[in-house]
Amino acid sequence: MKRVLQFLFFLFIVRPVLLVILGMNVRGREHLPEKGPAVLVANHNSHLDTLTLMALFPLKDLHRLRPAAAADYFLANRWLKWFALNIINIIPLARGGVRKNPLADLEAALDRNEILILFPEGSRGEPEQRAEFKRGVAYLAKARPDVPIYPVFMHGLGKALPRGSFILVPFNCDVFAGAAIKWTGDPQSFMGELELQMTELAEQGRFQPWE
Amino acid sequence: MPIPDALPDTVFYAIAVIYALLIAASVIVAVMKRKQPGAVTEELSRRVTSWWFMITIFSVAIVTNRVVSTVFLGFVTFLAFKEYLSLIPTRRVDRVILLFAYWAIPAQFLFAHLNSYGLFLTFIPVWMFLFLPMAMTLMGKTEGFLRAVGTLSWGLMITVFALSHTAMLLAADKSVAGPAGGAGLLLFLVALTQFNDVAQFTWGRLFGKHKIAPQVSPKKTWEGFLGGLGSTVVGAAIAGPFLTPMPFYYAGVAGAIIAVAGFLGDITISSFKRDLGVKDSGGLIPGHGGILDRVDSLIYAAPVFYHAMHFFVFSGRI
Repeated sequence: MKRVLQFLFFLFIVRPVLLVILGMNVRGREHLPEKGPAVLVANHNSHLDTLTLMALFPLKDLHRLRPAAAADYFLANRWLKWFALNIINIIPLARGGVRKNPLADLEAALDRNEILILFPEGSRGEPEQRAEFKRGVAYLAKARPDVPIYPVFMHGLGKALPRGSFILVPFNCDVFAGAAIKWTGDPQSFMGELELQMTELAEQGRFQPWE
Repeated sequence: MPIPDALPDTVFYAIAVIYALLIAASVIVAVMKRKQPGAVTEELSRRVTSWWFMITIFSVAIVTNRVVSTVFLGFVTFLAFKEYLSLIPTRRVDRVILLFAYWAIPAQFLFAHLNSYGLFLTFIPVWMFLFLPMAMTLMGKTEGFLRAVGTLSWGLMITVFALSHTAMLLAADKSVAGPAGGAGLLLFLVALTQFNDVAQFTWGRLFGKHKIAPQVSPKKTWEGFLGGLGSTVVGAAIAGPFLTPMPFYYAGVAGAIIAVAGFLGDITISSFKRDLGVKDSGGLIPGHGGILDRVDSLIYAAPVFYHAMHFFVFSGRI
């Protein structure tokens, strides 16, 4: 039932909106993983980011995609909670908690061959401005060193639906996917490698200022 | 059951001729691809494939009925305007105003559909032109105001106002539109504008030597421009008597107007893209680029052709 609702939501709402109102320009689609376990790592501008990344995959693989999202935000009220858990199929993460291994749920998902979607910037932040990646992704890579990590750079969705706004304004958006990287042996060099990949992807576009 | 607004046969014959040309182009490109495989012929082949899609979508849209045709033209305009707004720098504070500007599209196409000449002509150049800067002023952010209002007004004119002339042609009154009605006029304009693009490209590739606008569009040559112009005049003189109220000699002149305006539209959009540092306006149409790359010639050709028709032909001056 949950899978059917998710399928219908993406087929009749998300995909038409992305296709008609927004319009996606995808580069490097061939880099994206065909099956899990895998981790997508993207910059975060808008609530639309997650839906857009999920829409890049075939509908039949939808249930294998697991966006990690902040529990305190998405489980805050019952409607949002139901939607986040059933339709988006998130893995809720506790922010600033004291649990033993905060990544346990993510590791378990990878062990089930699922594809994780992570936004290491943390929150959406200032739209269309990249923030520094948090290091959690490095510890996940360390825990599962064979799992490929796919950097994805997105631009434009923050203009269409920035943080704090509920009005969707049509803008084309760009999604640039890069080749996968793997655990390098230490967090410092891994984060450096990831940062470098993201910067190279971002430089594929010529973006005008938006302030 | 009577068919409302049945299309004249000539429209179907014209579409058949377009498909015949398309088949010929596909065969030629397939032969070229076999003789000299490589990136250039690969690109040509992608372009021809995209033409199949575009011509089919356009043909279906214009033969269905006038409402469908107008909605289709409005949708293409929406894509062009969205592409424009996505390329230029914008301000966060203007988001609601941009959304409002999008709503000018259905309004403008409704005025066109109703063949309401006065509203059609004043809505964007007068009312939106006055309203948008006022709304931006009320938003209270003056930093970047001139750039924001200038780029938005120009974009609305160059995409929405210019392209809405296609819908206005479609709505032309039966008594003046000629043997194939508004659909015939629209087909005449769009087919010849696109034919001129292809002809200019082909003549330029075969004989191009003397650059015509080296700083804006280094690949455009005098040979391509004049070859395209000649081909389009001949094409227009042949098609004119079937699709428009004009005899072949006036239709030939209309072809020349379309060729020159189309060329100017093309290099004007090139200039805009060059300023922003992009080669293509988008990636929607494989082998062609974005929507603006495809309708750039039409942006000039549609208003110039429509107003020439309105002034000389619809009014009975010639």
